[in-house]
Amino acid sequence: MKKALLSGNEAIARGAYEAGIQVATGYPGTPSSEILETVAREYGKEIYAEWSTNEKVAMDAAAGAAYSGRRSMVTTKQVGMNVLADALMYTVYTGIEAGLIVVTADDPGMFSSQNEQDNRWYARLAKLPLLEPADSQEAKDFVVQGISLSEKFDTPVLLRTTMRVSHSKGVVTLGERAAVPDEIGPFVRNQEKYVCTAMWAKKRHPVVEQRLLELAQHAESSPFNRIEWGERSLGIITSGITYTYAREVFPDASILKLGMSFPLPVRLINSFAEQVEKVLVIEELDPFLEEQIKAMGIEVVGKGVFPPCDELLPDKIYSIAVDAGFLDKKKDAKPAVPPPETLPPRSPVLCPGCPHRSTFYLLHKMKVPVAGDIGCYNLGCLPPFNAQHTMGCMGASIGVLHGMAIAQLPEKGAATIGDSTFFHSGMPALANMVHNQSHGVVILMDNGTTAMTGHQDHPGTTWSLHGKDVPHIEFKPLLHAMGAKKVVEVNAFDVAEVEKGLKECLDYDGPSVLITKGLCVFISRNPQPPYVVDTDSCVACGECFKLGCPAIVKSNEHNPKTGKAKASIDPTLCVGCDVCRQVCPTGAIHPPIGVERSEA
Amino acid sequence: MNKIDFLVAGVGGQGTILASDILAEVGMEAGYDAKKSDVLGLAVRGGSVLSHVRWGRTVASPVSRKGTIDYLLGFEPLEALRGTEFLHPQSTALVNTQPIPPVSVSSGDAIYPAKERLEQILHAVTANVYFVEATEEAIGLGSSKVTNVVMIGAFSALLDVPVEVWEKVILSRVPEKYSQLNKAAFFAGRELIQGARIS
Ligand SMILES: Cc1ncc(C[n+]2csc(CCOP(=O)(O)OP(=O)(O)O)c2C)c(N)n1
Repeated sequence: MKKALLSGNEAIARGAYEAGIQVATGYPGTPSSEILETVAREYGKEIYAEWSTNEKVAMDAAAGAAYSGRRSMVTTKQVGMNVLADALMYTVYTGIEAGLIVVTADDPGMFSSQNEQDNRWYARLAKLPLLEPADSQEAKDFVVQGISLSEKFDTPVLLRTTMRVSHSKGVVTLGERAAVPDEIGPFVRNQEKYVCTAMWAKKRHPVVEQRLLELAQHAESSPFNRIEWGERSLGIITSGITYTYAREVFPDASILKLGMSFPLPVRLINSFAEQVEKVLVIEELDPFLEEQIKAMGIEVVGKGVFPPCDELLPDKIYSIAVDAGFLDKKKDAKPAVPPPETLPPRSPVLCPGCPHRSTFYLLHKMKVPVAGDIGCYNLGCLPPFNAQHTMGCMGASIGVLHGMAIAQLPEKGAATIGDSTFFHSGMPALANMVHNQSHGVVILMDNGTTAMTGHQDHPGTTWSLHGKDVPHIEFKPLLHAMGAKKVVEVNAFDVAEVEKGLKECLDYDGPSVLITKGLCVFISRNPQPPYVVDTDSCVACGECFKLGCPAIVKSNEHNPKTGKAKASIDPTLCVGCDVCRQVCPTGAIHPPIGVERSEA
Repeated sequence: MNKIDFLVAGVGGQGTILASDILAEVGMEAGYDAKKSDVLGLAVRGGSVLSHVRWGRTVASPVSRKGTIDYLLGFEPLEALRGTEFLHPQSTALVNTQPIPPVSVSSGDAIYPAKERLEQILHAVTANVYFVEATEEAIGLGSSKVTNVVMIGAFSALLDVPVEVWEKVILSRVPEKYSQLNKAAFFAGRELIQGARIS
């Protein structure tokens, strides 16, 4: 049988292929994005894949495809579930015509998220089955089995990974693609099932409750859940990636591994607990299993010792288990040697040549209060800019700016929002500002892509996940149509132009939009010859350092009067964006002499 | 079949992920169960990248425990130091000498450890340290981009896996038009390891 080394996300894409999924939608978000990217790249002939405008749109679209008789999949990162949830709720009531699987990639440890929410609760809230793969092989298998579960029980299925499952790689045995229909239709007209109007939805609710009972029954004997018997002094109940950690830290213990962690197999859990002396529940984040198991009347130890914050990596599980007396300290354990001193951190920074840089340089200079949003531009909250003062979730910036205005804050504020985020959830908030006659500057940072999550397309780009050429939506006419009277578009690489535009918008009495246009360096891919600093003209004023560009470094030369370090430019990093030349008051920074700039 | 744990440490953009993919796949091709775990940050350039790679008869966790890593591949000296907690006294470290100063250093807020200090810190953990000038070698071959394959080549000389397996996996993972360059990088790396050990 063919084997391959796949990440959890690649394995989910492979699972979609083998399960006979024909439609896959989603909105990018770490750690989920590679699923759809792999689907489009590897299985693009068999599976239609798209980046939808946001997670809810993706979910509605997948529901529509599943109603139409195509097996479908939606992918999201954990916070995207909050956006998607409204649509998830109704699909549980309606059920489907063909299998529907929702994949949420959670982020314990918050490697790239604004919170550490545990999306397993959504299974309980929405009342649908929850699968938690522990590695790449299971990630693939659970998609295939999840689709049959979905069709057998007429329900969407939630598959939850975490960053470590999604981004780890393991050996996967590959299978064949299931047979799928070419032709579908006519559309099933079953209003009592598919129209969630109160009178009909009321009849569907008991169906959902009954289905849950049947799923719990199914869970008792389902191969998703298994017991690995070891010593009976300690029994561990666990799921997902934590199973792999627990297996290594407790090689001798008995383990009940729950692959389907909602609804729970009550009899299986009871019988496991009866046969061991002590039960430990090891799960990352919330006491999702623990509370339900305790409610069965079983005594367990869980969050009392294992914290609800951050990842529960093997080292942490080990030391907690030793401290709590569940494990004897290994006699031959060698103490790990941490580095003897604090090492210089390597924090993320805006790339050299980033179009967002000029805006934050100016916002800092002009001391504007800024409601921020999520994207690469969130780095504007860090030094040297310190120029984003709130950030909560995607699309929040414009609503928060509006709130500042209706609170009658004496200062004029601004919101920073990226192009992808504007389409995702910024538009309703801007419509609200226009309608409710608010004021403030919305800075639409149009870098031509969804950069932060890996440069995906969105409705403003000329390409899509599948095809190259698609019509794109232009911001200016869109904003005018939305009723924004003041719209100024500037070249993000022209600092004076951005400054002028910003002032003009700040002076405007009403909602205004400043579009700062400049391609992400990963999209333009047009580096220019590196700039140089003329050390004699440099007076070490430090203005260029305020740009926070990784290519601008302190040189060994100093201004003899102030003792401050002069600037120099790292030629391996500089892409010649020209912004530092524009802010240098002494004209010390210039392009290399005698080298032509290349055209895009 | 013994377990072998590896740690690959470097800076985003250095090709460490590809290198750790290659390492995991070589393990699979050599008959091991293999797992790996990368921590990826934002799409922006220049952050720390740490990958765990594990070979064994069966591997459960994709993440290794501190004090259990057998081999450290440091693509950048400072990043290699961040991995020392994972090493034990019999570990072997292979470190590329070329520093990439982080912004905290270039902005003057922090100091990059001196070469002697780097060696000292590594040596406090294990006596088996190899320093290689992988970046220089790669530039000499025509592109700093193949630094990762030079490193893999150097590393391959320390492991008991047939050279054909390495070659096959590397060539399957790099664009065809760069096959020759990568092959040259791999073998140049294998040569580099001779005499690279410091003690
Ligand atoms: C609801 C939700 N979905 C997805 C994400 C992941 N995410 C963070 S920022 C971002 C979009 C960034 O794109 P854009 O607004 O164009 O800014 P850029 O990074 O290009 O500057 C995404 C998808 C999220 N944080 N929340």
